[in-house]
Amino acid sequence: MSDLTKLTIAAARDGLAAGDFSSRELTAAHITAMEAAEPLNAFITKTPEKAVEAATDSDTRRGKGEAGKMDGIPIAIKDLYCTKDVLTTAASHILDGFTPKYESTVTANLWAEGAVMLGKANLDEFAMGSSNETSFYGNVANPWRREGDNRMLVPGGSSGGSASSVASFSAMGATGTDTGGSIRQPASFTGIVGMKPTYGRCSRWGVVAFASSLDQAGPMTRTVRDSAIMLEAMAGFDPKDSTSVDLTVPNFEAALTGDIRGMKIGIPNEYRLDGINPEINALWEKGIDWMKSAGAEIVDISLPHTKYALPAYYIIAPAEASSNLARYDGVKYGLRVEGEDLNDMYASTRAEGFGAEVKRRLLIGTYALSAGYYDAYYLKAQKVRTKISDDFKEAFKQVDAILTPTAPSAAFAYGEKGDDPLEMYLNDVFTVPASLAGLPGISVPAGLSEEGLPLGLQILAKPFDEETVFKAAGVLEEAAAFAATPADWWRG
Amino acid sequence: MGMIVQGATGDWEVVIGLEVHAQVTSNAKLFSGSATEYGAEPNSQVSFVDSAMPGMLPVINEKAVEQAVRTGLGLKAQINKYSVFDRKNYFYADLPQGYQISQYLQPVVGEGKITIDLADGESREIGITRLHLEQDAGKSLHDQHPNMTLVDLNRSGVALMEIVSEPDMRSPEEAAAYVKKLRSILRYLGTCDGNMEEGSMRADVNVSVRRPGDEFGTRCEMKNINSVRFMQQAIIYEANRQVDILEEGGSVDQETRLYDPVKGETRSMRSKEEAHDYRYFPDPDLLPLEFDDAFIDGIRVTLPELPDDKKARFVSELSLSPYDAGVLVAEKEVADYFEAVAEGRDAKLAANWVIGELFGNLNRTGKPLGESPVSAEGLGSLIDLIKDGTISNRIAKEVFEEMFDTGKNAADIVEEKGLKQVSDTGAIEAAIDEVIAANPDKVAEYKGGKDKLFGFFMGQVMKATQGKANPGVVTQILRPKLDD
Repeated sequence: MSDLTKLTIAAARDGLAAGDFSSRELTAAHITAMEAAEPLNAFITKTPEKAVEAATDSDTRRGKGEAGKMDGIPIAIKDLYCTKDVLTTAASHILDGFTPKYESTVTANLWAEGAVMLGKANLDEFAMGSSNETSFYGNVANPWRREGDNRMLVPGGSSGGSASSVASFSAMGATGTDTGGSIRQPASFTGIVGMKPTYGRCSRWGVVAFASSLDQAGPMTRTVRDSAIMLEAMAGFDPKDSTSVDLTVPNFEAALTGDIRGMKIGIPNEYRLDGINPEINALWEKGIDWMKSAGAEIVDISLPHTKYALPAYYIIAPAEASSNLARYDGVKYGLRVEGEDLNDMYASTRAEGFGAEVKRRLLIGTYALSAGYYDAYYLKAQKVRTKISDDFKEAFKQVDAILTPTAPSAAFAYGEKGDDPLEMYLNDVFTVPASLAGLPGISVPAGLSEEGLPLGLQILAKPFDEETVFKAAGVLEEAAAFAATPADWWRG
Repeated sequence: MGMIVQGATGDWEVVIGLEVHAQVTSNAKLFSGSATEYGAEPNSQVSFVDSAMPGMLPVINEKAVEQAVRTGLGLKAQINKYSVFDRKNYFYADLPQGYQISQYLQPVVGEGKITIDLADGESREIGITRLHLEQDAGKSLHDQHPNMTLVDLNRSGVALMEIVSEPDMRSPEEAAAYVKKLRSILRYLGTCDGNMEEGSMRADVNVSVRRPGDEFGTRCEMKNINSVRFMQQAIIYEANRQVDILEEGGSVDQETRLYDPVKGETRSMRSKEEAHDYRYFPDPDLLPLEFDDAFIDGIRVTLPELPDDKKARFVSELSLSPYDAGVLVAEKEVADYFEAVAEGRDAKLAANWVIGELFGNLNRTGKPLGESPVSAEGLGSLIDLIKDGTISNRIAKEVFEEMFDTGKNAADIVEEKGLKQVSDTGAIEAAIDEVIAANPDKVAEYKGGKDKLFGFFMGQVMKATQGKANPGVVTQILRPKLDD
């Protein structure tokens, strides 16, 4: 039965519909795989009993002919999504014991379509990180290892647990959240597909906030088709989120025509970075050739403000976070460290409850918003953000989609990036501009590095044009024919 | 008249500006659907949003926005078609989010004005700087437990309008008149119930002193004053405190102070150096508020006649004195009552009855107008009985008290008690003849030139008729008989 874990969501959907196997069987296979993959530490909380219960319900529904789009499909949920009556931690000590009495809109949408939750996936604390090294619940391991090297590699971040669970065949798909690349970069590091939809496509209600103007939910899957299926189940207007957009969710799967003839694909000159590993650019060139061969027209474009994106992002995101995380104060829920008075309680709780990276960003953000610095930092960064959006608007007058690398490197080993946070922040260099502009973007596994590690390419399109993203990604996926899987060393 | 504090070195003028927090009348909070009823069990009106649960998001209550625009229109203010919600960041136990959603640089309402009415019959215009929408915080209860503070989040997220005045007031009386007028306007508009005891209206009071004609002095702010009387006391105390400092050659520190109504003094809460850096920035969870002229006009057409316009109309059309008109328009309910009484009747007489007898009896019994046993219709029919000569004005007062105490209508009381005025000339003439016959000496004196005795005869006749004789008729018959 373990073969069931190797199925795509699309194939499992068809198999379930045909009665080849039940959701109980499919779910049981994944529970076994999830337990076996314990060394990856991809989950903070596993919910196998709930999964079996949900799978049983799914089978009953299917028997009545009432199956939804994701019915019976076992998935992992990033532990940033609030799940009713299930511990929700954001991978932070400060949310100790927090069990919400409500369900996030996106997960509620998934359950309404019949999806089955295996558990809550590990992540960087409050989604702040690019390597999943900041979780209070420990590092997540990448299922992939370098050829001839047994060192553990990071899965990327912040949706590292989600990526690792999907890449290790523990879950058929997983929800992620992407603020500056937190879906796309770990997807690239683990050889899976990671989709960040347009800002406003998925509701943020019930997702623990990091940076409200950037956070966006999205699917992490092993194929582009699975990504389309899962996003369709997640997306939709939500009156409870003022920034969600009232648009009908298209049939994303229908966009996978395989036909990109005449599509104009932009190649931004500013993404050719000095000093970058040449294999990243080589893979990019390959991608360009694949798209050209498929009939797309390649257009050189310029996004002149790209180099300011990372600095602007690292002002805006921490600024919003410094305010969003003020609610974790020991008063209402989660950790409380008693103090001599209220201020002492706050200080002690937050000192103990937050990890180093979160504290660093809260300090940066608090500073950037302070009287006398607001104009120089936050306001300036917002102006840069507008410029970056304008760059993309200009570009999309000429092209339908943009092709870039997803990350400047393959997965790295723990501690390899040293203590310099700036070097870590560079991981987001290709993903952050689209986040600032709110654009939909996907990372598709496109090849292996010289060390045998997966590398992704990114496709971006206009706001709310996920269909073009999926269409181009489908073609890229087919051309790349990425079939490598990690050796399942964790099974021992 | 401005308040002048006389110091040893000369006069000091007091300068006052007010920030009034008015709870928006709405059955839901500003960004959540929770109820807002006063006096509910602690923490019974709290949603996941109000308690700042992780992942919760605010959604604007459109009704609250309409109310803010309505208030802006009532204050003859600039309505900003584009405004922004900002986060005001600070930590406190009763502020669950760790920030208050407010409006900072771009408020929904800009400059406006209020005309205040002063005791000497003068009026002054006080500038409104702005009005913005914001959330209220919860309530910290420090007196419920020996060593713990309890938090009630029922108020957390309740919609407030902060209405900021220019520093245009010069005395505690002007500040009081401003608050009363603002309250009156808000109640007319139905945008705030103005209930200061329940905390639906509170004021932050900024006070400074200066030599008349000089630049503004350094101000101190007194937070959260919830009665007009306390506000006036606080201003007087604070002005004198500042003058004392300046007279001794010191300087006033800009700070936030707390008024203690028990001790009747203000004390420092935090200095300028300790002031919070609120790190305002636009709330990324909310879109800017945008609306068009049609939205504003749609609200404008529903505005009621406001107290100033009503007062002007009462004076010009109903010929009331400005004083009476001012008394009648202060509360919309009173004005409505008065207008119902005055409809088709002598307006001045109606005003006298409302201000005199009705208010007197309401005061006597401690009842609000809403619980008056005498309806406007009832008072009107009593006035009709005076006008058509059925009863005299004096009898009418008796009848009114009876109406007030028993709830019966005027005609029934007059009927039952036989209070009808006697205009039958035969009966009156008979009474007059009896009085003249019984007082020959007084008649002689009258005829001898003591004209004042006419009143004596009137009184005797009225007494003989138990006050029911129509005084006009009595005069008509009595005078020729005496003058014979």
